[in-house]
Amino acid sequence: MNLTLYTIFFGIGAAAVLLCMLRALLGPTASDRLVAVDGMITITTALLVLLALFLGRRIYVDVALVYAVLAFVGVIAVARYLERGL
Amino acid sequence: MTLFAIIGAFVVGFGTIFLFLGALGIFRLPDVYNRLQAGTKCTTLGAFCAIVGVGIAQPDWIFKAVIVAVFILLTNPISAHALARASYKSAIRPYEGTVVDKCREFGECEEVKDGAEDFQPGLDDEE
Repeated sequence: MNLTLYTIFFGIGAAAVLLCMLRALLGPTASDRLVAVDGMITITTALLVLLALFLGRRIYVDVALVYAVLAFVGVIAVARYLERGL
Repeated sequence: MTLFAIIGAFVVGFGTIFLFLGALGIFRLPDVYNRLQAGTKCTTLGAFCAIVGVGIAQPDWIFKAVIVAVFILLTNPISAHALARASYKSAIRPYEGTVVDKCREFGECEEVKDGAEDFQPGLDDEE
């Protein structure tokens, strides 16, 4: 019953990632795509921690932490690039 | 199913619904600033609730889960601020229904030029 519940949560999260990916494909400007990718990053971090609970592997929480740190640095770098060039 | 698992599943479900609503806002709202607002607020709350809910459902992991959640809670507004600033500086206009634009009103963002469509980032300070 627990696994069924978490499968439903995974479905909702996957739908959220799909909506963000559609916006990243459609978005008229570069900033729209970057906003969509930023949302996708946060949702993916939450889904990685959920995956750790789902599979019972504790190491995926560390993976989520490293992913969040690297994605934060990447988003800041691309935002600086959009602001005034490198 | 213990009590912790039930409470954790409830909190994770709450967070997941907020994640979906934030993604729906990113998909449907009309311009960059609205999308940024919906995306940042909803996904921050949703990710925080989902990760803390995992920590409640599996009480051995609460320390690392709280570290990840607090990191997201601290860094998501910073990246949203950088994104909004970058969008405004790269001359992306708010859409027509915008009521107030204080930054333009006080003339604090003078770099914003007209002709936003043919702006290429990084090309204007080459010389």
